[in-house]
Amino acid sequence: MISHKLNEITAIADSTTVIRDGRTVETLDMRSGDVTQERIIRGMVGRDLDSFYPDRVSEPGEEVLRIEDWTVWHPIQPRKVVDGASLNVRAGEVVGIAGLMGAGRTELAMSVFGRSYGRDISGRLYMHGKPVRARSVAEAIENGIAYATEDRKRYGLNLIADVRANVSAAALGKLSRAGWVNGNEEIKVAEESRQDMNIKTRTVMDVVGTLSGGNQQKVVLSKWLFTDPDVLILDEPTRGIDVGAKYEIYTIINRLVAEGKAVIVISSELPELLGMCDRIYTLSAGRITGEVPVDQATQEGLMSFMTKESS
Amino acid sequence: MTSIKPPPKAELAAAGSAPAVALHAGTSDPRTLIMRNLRQSGIYVAFVVIVALFAFLTDGVLLSPGNITNIVLQYSYILVLAIGMVILIIAGHIDLSVGSVVALTGAVSAVLVIQQGYPWGVGVAAALAVGIAVGAWHGFWVAYVGMPAFIVTLAGMLLFRGLTLQVLDNISLSPFPADYTNIATGFLNGLLGGQGYDAFTLFIAGFAVIGYAISVYRTRLARVRYQQSVESFPLFVLRVALVAAVVMYFAWQLAHARGLPIVLIILAVLVTAYGLMTRNTVFGRQVYAIGGNLSAATLSGVKVRKVNFWIFVNMGFLAGVAGVIYSSRSNGAQPAAGNMFELDAIAAAFIGGAAVAGGVGTVVGAMVGGLIMAVMSNGMQLMGIDQSTQSVVKGLVLLLAVAFDIYNKRRAGATR
Repeated sequence: MISHKLNEITAIADSTTVIRDGRTVETLDMRSGDVTQERIIRGMVGRDLDSFYPDRVSEPGEEVLRIEDWTVWHPIQPRKVVDGASLNVRAGEVVGIAGLMGAGRTELAMSVFGRSYGRDISGRLYMHGKPVRARSVAEAIENGIAYATEDRKRYGLNLIADVRANVSAAALGKLSRAGWVNGNEEIKVAEESRQDMNIKTRTVMDVVGTLSGGNQQKVVLSKWLFTDPDVLILDEPTRGIDVGAKYEIYTIINRLVAEGKAVIVISSELPELLGMCDRIYTLSAGRITGEVPVDQATQEGLMSFMTKESS
Repeated sequence: MTSIKPPPKAELAAAGSAPAVALHAGTSDPRTLIMRNLRQSGIYVAFVVIVALFAFLTDGVLLSPGNITNIVLQYSYILVLAIGMVILIIAGHIDLSVGSVVALTGAVSAVLVIQQGYPWGVGVAAALAVGIAVGAWHGFWVAYVGMPAFIVTLAGMLLFRGLTLQVLDNISLSPFPADYTNIATGFLNGLLGGQGYDAFTLFIAGFAVIGYAISVYRTRLARVRYQQSVESFPLFVLRVALVAAVVMYFAWQLAHARGLPIVLIILAVLVTAYGLMTRNTVFGRQVYAIGGNLSAATLSGVKVRKVNFWIFVNMGFLAGVAGVIYSSRSNGAQPAAGNMFELDAIAAAFIGGAAVAGGVGTVVGAMVGGLIMAVMSNGMQLMGIDQSTQSVVKGLVLLLAVAFDIYNKRRAGATR
């Protein structure tokens, strides 16, 4: 069994081999019962992680994004995928969206992001309190919305292009004049991202398809940060990423909100939402069924909202 | 870009630090260089090998002034088509109709100039306009209706061939007046004098070489400044010198034949313009993005439909240019003109390094690919090899060239 899911490993495995950077670090005998998740993490990362989630101080400011009464019909079938959803997120805040598969989380995000999903979309969008239209992806980006997709390989990256081209992909306008791209600026921006995010690659000319999942995700985040958004919607930002890289992504998210951005995290891992968010919305069958501040949230409580039939 | 202060170094560093990047201002390790340059220069090497092979097999006739001029004149229109075709292929499309469009645009031009007596400029303008209209037609169906380009242009192949027959009433039209045929068969000669050779040709070639050297040098300087790896200086000089030698030799041969062909000027302008467009413009980047991953490009804000539409319009325009050149060269318009041109253009693009899945390819690569096929065809003709064998050889070369390219890319792990 090859896995990142340490709780499963500690529950089932007889022996665990830890691999890092293509080399075997150690093999642990699990039968003695002494090997904890922390011990495995120490082997994976090289040191102890005090906690899975970095500390953060939450000081929410003005409202950045508000979605009101958002309804989206399935592109083909005669049913609503999102039904009258309303939510908001403030500057400096991390808001989570929790829901089962099929609840409509990604569909909500993609329909808000330039109507990239669904038909007969209705509802109102407000940025900084003012109504905005985001009827195409370009319009959404212009209005300060960024969306990092769920499946980064299929929807988030051009795997055969280099890091530089992927970082600039959503904001070429910033690097160009009269349609002419400043190639050197492009390299410079990519290089800055590489260092800021600690993307492990030899140079920014390396092809993104050769990077590991965590580094690919950092490239995706770099791309969206380069558009200078006010709100970032991150759909499963740490899926398929090892523990060390996950921590780096959480640290990056914390930095962003500390700088006044608003972040929405969509995740199927409730512990992740509980560790990272200030407020958590629950989505069930396309409806917002709950809004819980994190200090009052529990996995069981969230789960009951997520399985609620109607609000 | 918001500047993000790096987190405490210890945290990220311990999580598995990035290896110290050895950024060198130049490298001379022969194995690295050969591997890296082989990847990028595979087709240039192949081109040199094929030229050398056929020069040997034809006892040097291949490289005679007259023959080099011939190659340029005979294949210029295919190369023009290949420019538009490679851009479509990069974006993940194809165009099977260009042969028919060459015929149609030539036919329209012939009807206006030969039958109706309009001046050559009118014929050219009309051909280009028809080409653009065809491009817009294809672009509409592919970009806005969302149909696969293969089907739309296959239909176009039939449709525009039929229209050609109707425009020509199923007969060939000829001859064109001299100022029209001059486009494809004319030369710039004697503008700067020269005894037994044309100084102007040499001057232009020298100018182009110097321009190339300056441009490549400045790119290198910029890369060094941004701490990207570059080849060592001696090797850089060698590469530029090789290109300069080839171009000047080529120009020398031309200068000793009939001078600088007008089509060559047209081709050079197009290659430069489109080369710059694909490498340095937002539009060019978007074409590569669409070809590399359509969904990701869409979700990055690329206006996919607009880009798709315009690359088809562009292909139509270039097909019009090729139509003018071809009708000018064959001194008329025939109902069966342009037969199989699309296959030559497609082969040129793929030999030049384009990938079937899209997202990869260059204009210059397509030119070299086209020249490889041109030299092969011409060489075999000189050797008196019959058409059927020529066809077999061309097919095999296309197959092996692309197989080699794929093998190379796979081994390289696709790093640049």
